[in-house]
Amino acid sequence: MRLSPDEMIFWQHGFFKLNGTIVFTWGLMLVLAVGSKLITRKLSTDLARSRWQNLLEIVVGGIEKQIEEVGLSQPKKYLGFLGTLFLFVALASLCTVIPGYEPPTGSLSTTAALALCVFVAVPLFGIERQGIVGYLKSYAEPTFIMLPFNVIGELSRTLALAVRLFGNMMSGAMIIAILLTITPFLFPIFMTVLGLLTGMVQAYIFAILAAVYIAAATQSRKPKPEPSLKT
Amino acid sequence: MDTVTLIAIASIVTAGLTIAIGSVGPALGEARAVATALTSLAQQPDASKTITRTLFVGLAMVESIAIYCFVVSMILIFANPFWNHVISQTPGK
Repeated sequence: MRLSPDEMIFWQHGFFKLNGTIVFTWGLMLVLAVGSKLITRKLSTDLARSRWQNLLEIVVGGIEKQIEEVGLSQPKKYLGFLGTLFLFVALASLCTVIPGYEPPTGSLSTTAALALCVFVAVPLFGIERQGIVGYLKSYAEPTFIMLPFNVIGELSRTLALAVRLFGNMMSGAMIIAILLTITPFLFPIFMTVLGLLTGMVQAYIFAILAAVYIAAATQSRKPKPEPSLKT
Repeated sequence: MDTVTLIAIASIVTAGLTIAIGSVGPALGEARAVATALTSLAQQPDASKTITRTLFVGLAMVESIAIYCFVVSMILIFANPFWNHVISQTPGK
């Protein structure tokens, strides 16, 4: 029973293995990059526009609004990183309808790489907003005793991001594989639809959690102004 | 009972118990979260977008515990290092 797309080997030459994870990841990257380039070649600002441009505007506008609602005041700065996270994981899950395709996020390597990107990006955005001293001071925030707990919390958040996405994708693929050996015709289709739904939810969760971590790191802690007493 | 049998029994029993006991807690927690969310939605329908989004984020965090138990169970069944080690040491007895 195949546990991840890492075990689908397409081509092997000595040490270098071209496995399913790499091939499908590069395929997704190609689709996203070439698709966006083709659609945004001739952008129009009047009412007559192509439907693909409409689709892209809905997606990008929606992501920007969500980032703003999480609490990040300048959503355009974070739109590139968070939007890419959401689009990659969502497309990886949506393409399950293509036969012969295994989502590359079903391999712990891909999800660990994405979680490491978030792990590196959170201090980067925090330092850019607050300066190095200000950001490092936030680790000792309530009292200095909380310093090791904050550090451990940071590491465990990253691990949780990786394992959550990996577990959801892997369990979807595995349930379908097991059901195919038991009741082959109708039930696996329902489980595939459920897998599509959980894939989209997990993509949204990944991006929103990354946004929440970045918002927590870039919030400058000003003392709240005293509410004036009105007589 | 030799080592191979012992490891097999321990792996199988633990895998079953892990996912059985490990999914009770998150299921109860998620049920309470959804119930509370429904109550607050009934009280404040105009905050429904915030409540729904917070509900989904909270559910994902609770669900991760069940996912950890599932991953451990899968490792015990399919990628068990003790089983692989002990199997590689008995070449066609």
